Amino acid sequence: MAAASAAALLVAGCGGGGPQSGGDSKLTGDKIVLGVLNDQSGAYSELSGRNSVKAVEMAIADFKAEHGDDAVTKDITVETADHQNKPDVANSKAQEMYDRKGVDAILDVPTSSAALKVADVAKEKKKLYFNIGAATTDLTGKSCNRYTFHYAYDTYMLAHGTGTVTTEQVGKNWYILYPNYAFGQDMEKSFSTAIAAAGGTVVGKDGAPFPNTSGDYSSFLLKAPTLNPKPQVLGTMQAGAELVNVVKQYNEFKLREKGVGLAVGLMFITDIHSLTPDALAGTTYTDAWYWNFDQQNREWADRFQKETGTRPSFAHAANYSAAMQYLEAVQAAGTDDADAVVKQLEGKEVNDLFLRNGKIRAEDHRVVHDAYLAQVKPQAEVKEPWDYVKVLKTIPAAEAFRAPSADCKL
Amino acid sequence: MSGFLQNTFNGLVGGAFYALLALGLAVIFGMLRVVNFAHGAFYMLGAFGAYVLLAEAGVPFWAALVIMPLALGLLGMVLERAVIHRLTRLDPLYNFLLTFGLTLILQDLVKSRYGVQSSPYATPAELSGTVDFGLFDFPTYRVFILGFTVLLCVAVWWVLGRTRIGMVVRAATERPELTRAFGIDVGRWVTPVFGFGIALAGLAGVLAAPMRAVNPLMGADLIIVVFAVVVIGGLGSIFGSVAAGFGIGLVQAWGEAYLSDYPLVSQTVVFVVMAAVLLWRPAGLFGREEAPA
Repeated sequence: MAAASAAALLVAGCGGGGPQSGGDSKLTGDKIVLGVLNDQSGAYSELSGRNSVKAVEMAIADFKAEHGDDAVTKDITVETADHQNKPDVANSKAQEMYDRKGVDAILDVPTSSAALKVADVAKEKKKLYFNIGAATTDLTGKSCNRYTFHYAYDTYMLAHGTGTVTTEQVGKNWYILYPNYAFGQDMEKSFSTAIAAAGGTVVGKDGAPFPNTSGDYSSFLLKAPTLNPKPQVLGTMQAGAELVNVVKQYNEFKLREKGVGLAVGLMFITDIHSLTPDALAGTTYTDAWYWNFDQQNREWADRFQKETGTRPSFAHAANYSAAMQYLEAVQAAGTDDADAVVKQLEGKEVNDLFLRNGKIRAEDHRVVHDAYLAQVKPQAEVKEPWDYVKVLKTIPAAEAFRAPSADCKL
Repeated sequence: MSGFLQNTFNGLVGGAFYALLALGLAVIFGMLRVVNFAHGAFYMLGAFGAYVLLAEAGVPFWAALVIMPLALGLLGMVLERAVIHRLTRLDPLYNFLLTFGLTLILQDLVKSRYGVQSSPYATPAELSGTVDFGLFDFPTYRVFILGFTVLLCVAVWWVLGRTRIGMVVRAATERPELTRAFGIDVGRWVTPVFGFGIALAGLAGVLAAPMRAVNPLMGADLIIVVFAVVVIGGLGSIFGSVAAGFGIGLVQAWGEAYLSDYPLVSQTVVFVVMAAVLLWRPAGLFGREEAPA
């Protein structure tokens, strides 16, 4: 008897919460709580928002169905909060989730400045955080930490895919228009690097006011065709409503007819829906996932549509996948202890709904996977609602993301 | 040279929106002494109304250009009678709060029904080309906006300057007490004038739908600049608001075109102009100093 309990103590002491057998008590509070922290009322609420909460609920249902009575627990719930894209709100909501709501892992968090705050909280509390919505490469660079994973996309992936292929296939001379704040400046740098590496030249670049209260971009759009040498590509790094303004005015000034093509830095399928495919026909961009890419995506998109009434963006699919991978890791570890779950996740190779040829890199916690170069179809080729793009090329996981950064020390 | 002309033209088009919005604010302020913070929300409703009419009922742009100003003008009159009217006798602060609250309600109503994602609205086919001016070509739709707005401003100026209704409105704006003393019923003009100001905002919204992102916050972004325009022109000055609207449009366009290497300057140039004008003429360029109470 005494020997048995001494052995149990020894196991618990050494393993730091490694896989243990028997009993249900390895979960704090005997349950798992996932936290979805994102924009639920502002500019990014459509591309992720409350429908990402639905996606996570779908993952929980699928996990329970898959494991049945063997599931580590059947008590899995979702907490959610609106961070309004404000870093200070994100910071306090994240603390509240971890400390008072018993959240084991936070998901999503669009807006880079807010995401970096949540990564700091995760590090301090030693709880997990899967970023999906934010694009900054700092999350896997100088701000990386042991408890933060970066899913879905980042500025390198966007610039590398769109910048390289557009330079090779559409034209070598670029004019870059970016919103003049952290994200836009980061995107401009990433694109300039990718364009130069592909043998192209940035003949001009301008930072437009952010936020652009006048909604007017005509001075930049008038300037573009007059530059010498004349750019063949206008690369816009604006997002959301600002992107809509740029594209509407790009069409008004007939830049495509003047020989200046359009490449978009960051676009979600919800943006194409706002602008209509004809306004963007022929535009290329890098997508992390597309709902109508193959049968597996389509089946899931059909289920998602039943739940939400709309088609999923890549952020919705990535939230589903991240929740699923977290639950599987807890199942494998037999505990929700963060360090044990990290051990399960690091280096894992995965294929699921979202991750194709996916790998959770141990070096920097970047989750790499295939990305896609997509082109917007003209309305005439759109066969059903939301069927807006064709995938020109699959960018293999190994190429789609940057190599682990030397700045990252987990 | 052609680049300069294009930028100038653009400035005037941008200024046309400011002029329409500022004109509405000016007549409302003149008649009611109410600074209508909800003006941007009515601009947004104009654009959203055009979108809903087209998407749900197939009503084209041209019809929306008539329907939305009328509908919003009516809504404005109802609101004036129902709520704004009750507060005009109180401290102006109460109307700030009321119209600001109205903005939030209107924005969130639209948000809860249509979300924050921008809604699609295409340029009407007959205006989607470009006009060749010899030195440069310019989108037909922008030429239309400019022509239409100038005509409208001239019409408003004519009505105010040459008709009996206009005389009453001008008199009531400048000396409300004296106008009443002459036995003119100023009160009966208050509601229609408020409705008219709102109708102008709705009209600007419909005009904006094809070239701007149509979403619940589109008015909130723009209205800050419009308030600067009104202050520069002189609160309550009808001519001043139109002149300052076009002027600020030009300043912004030139600033963005020629100061783009100094983004901080081009972003704040409007407010620098406002500060300078206020230092030089505290009542605005065309405003009159109010006699001390």
